[in-house]
Amino acid sequence: MGAYVARRLATLPLLLLGISAVSFALLSVAPGDPAEIVLHQRNPGQMPSPAAVTAMRAELGLDAPLPAQYVRWMSRALAGDMGRSYVTEQPVAAQLARRTVPTVVLTVAALGLALLLAVPMGILSARRRGGAGDAIVRLAALVGAAAPSYALAFGLIILFAVKLSWLPAVGYGSAAQMVLPAIALSLAPMAQLTRLIRASVLDVLGQDYIRTARAKGLPEQIVVMKHALRNALLPAIGATGVILAHLLGGAVIIETIFTWPGLGQLIVGAALTRDYPVVQGFVTYLAVIVLLANLATDIALRMADPRLRYERGGV
Amino acid sequence: MASTAERVGIQLPRRPAITGPRRRGQWHALLREPGTALGLILVVSLLLAGLLAPWSPLADPTEINLPERLLSPSPEHLLGTDHLGRDTFSRLIHGARATLLAAAATLVLSMTIAVTVGMLSGYYGGWPDTALMGVVDLLLAFPSLILALAVAGALGPGLLNVLLAVGAVWWVGHARIIRGITLGEREMAYVTAARASGASDRRIILRHIAPNILGPIVVLASLDIGWIILGIAGLSFLGLGAQPPTPEWGAMLSDARPHLQTAPHLILLPGAAIFVAVLGFNLLGDGLRDLLDPRIRRLAR
Repeated sequence: MGAYVARRLATLPLLLLGISAVSFALLSVAPGDPAEIVLHQRNPGQMPSPAAVTAMRAELGLDAPLPAQYVRWMSRALAGDMGRSYVTEQPVAAQLARRTVPTVVLTVAALGLALLLAVPMGILSARRRGGAGDAIVRLAALVGAAAPSYALAFGLIILFAVKLSWLPAVGYGSAAQMVLPAIALSLAPMAQLTRLIRASVLDVLGQDYIRTARAKGLPEQIVVMKHALRNALLPAIGATGVILAHLLGGAVIIETIFTWPGLGQLIVGAALTRDYPVVQGFVTYLAVIVLLANLATDIALRMADPRLRYERGGV
Repeated sequence: MASTAERVGIQLPRRPAITGPRRRGQWHALLREPGTALGLILVVSLLLAGLLAPWSPLADPTEINLPERLLSPSPEHLLGTDHLGRDTFSRLIHGARATLLAAAATLVLSMTIAVTVGMLSGYYGGWPDTALMGVVDLLLAFPSLILALAVAGALGPGLLNVLLAVGAVWWVGHARIIRGITLGEREMAYVTAARASGASDRRIILRHIAPNILGPIVVLASLDIGWIILGIAGLSFLGLGAQPPTPEWGAMLSDARPHLQTAPHLILLPGAAIFVAVLGFNLLGDGLRDLLDPRIRRLAR
């Protein structure tokens, strides 16, 4: 186990280097001169003079060759300095840090909500395979996977905020303001997890050790809850990285709709105004989070599943 | 010895084509499944609506008529008018055209990259494989919608740029799956036979392996359209995609936002259109998967 963790950790620096290169390349190949974009941002409606553009290029360090720009960006990023926003001129790292908490709160709430419904629905659906409950759950999963979260968000606002006035439509701070965005964000992962858990419970229920458990007379409840569920949840744990990526992608749109002051709102604003340092910093930051989440799930899976631990000579 | 494809759990077509009644029976089986039949009906209707929209007697979807703004549904305007007096029904139908064309182009782009990278990687192995899969693993760390958002932002607003952005990030997962399938095919007897008869690598890849892995590729593609439609409409909703006055569902949602209280149907209708389109493609994709490749589900995300 220790050797496995060490080996995975050893590849991290290489992956981080790759991630930073992708993020950097992404925006250095973008059309348009960032210096002109900055000058446009600061003096809207004015055509920047060539001299001002040259000065700004020097100020932003854009006059250096690309590899040199990358090395400088990289070494600063390692020290926690991700540059300053072209638009607000605030440090990117501080902006990312400030907006992390709202996004984490929303994402965790949505993931919790998704699991809360997906686990029982998946189990029910698998145990009553072909029955009415299964049909309803499968239909719900189908609808959930096809419904655009943004349209659902507006549907929720129209129903619960405009028509019924039960909940506030937008804003951040109170628990009531979190209900609608969390529901809207949870729908897609809920559908995904329900299908996944249904399939894996079905898979596990067909295995020999379950037949043995039933044959020795254990009540069905114990067979499912104690014997089957533990193994059936492993694929769901394994999918955490993918689900997290989906949630973060969905949060971009949901945060914009509900004026939730998280990372998603930040990136949308930055993408629309071509605020490259913010976009670059954000993309790098998220990739690192997803990378670490994947690493954590892989290690958790190994701890939970002895079969994986003994693979490849018991590392 | 089990081939790689068997180990990773993909069933590959063993025989060339199953002809005659049995094949017809398969297609009938596809339609007997009510969900798949519904999916097919939805998809065909949307395709027809989108393709025929410019020649239909519908009102001009971009014609502004301010005195008739925000009208309720009437015989003249079946679904009312939007904030600029444009006919909502006509915009929805023309929106099908924009959305489906963009989704189809994105799919072709991303699948072309995925198939090229996957097949080259799986067929040649060695350092090209290591390098390409290294890039794939790296890109998998980026949430695809966010990467698409960043690329679209860098390229600037526009439906074409969104299409390029989504296509450029969407192929990554599929490249891995196609590599796995190709890896399995490479070991099959027909490839050895082709090589023994002196066929070039190029010919083996294009003439021998490609037709045999078409099934899984079609399944992957059909399961993907729904995601792509959601992604494109989402980016358009955020203001990066289709620009006014183009009728596009995501942009229509965004246009209708200020009128949420007075005309909620303007938001709900394009939302429903996206839902119906995604549902139709997902149902059809599920049916095709069951027909062509019952076991690919494990590999598809």
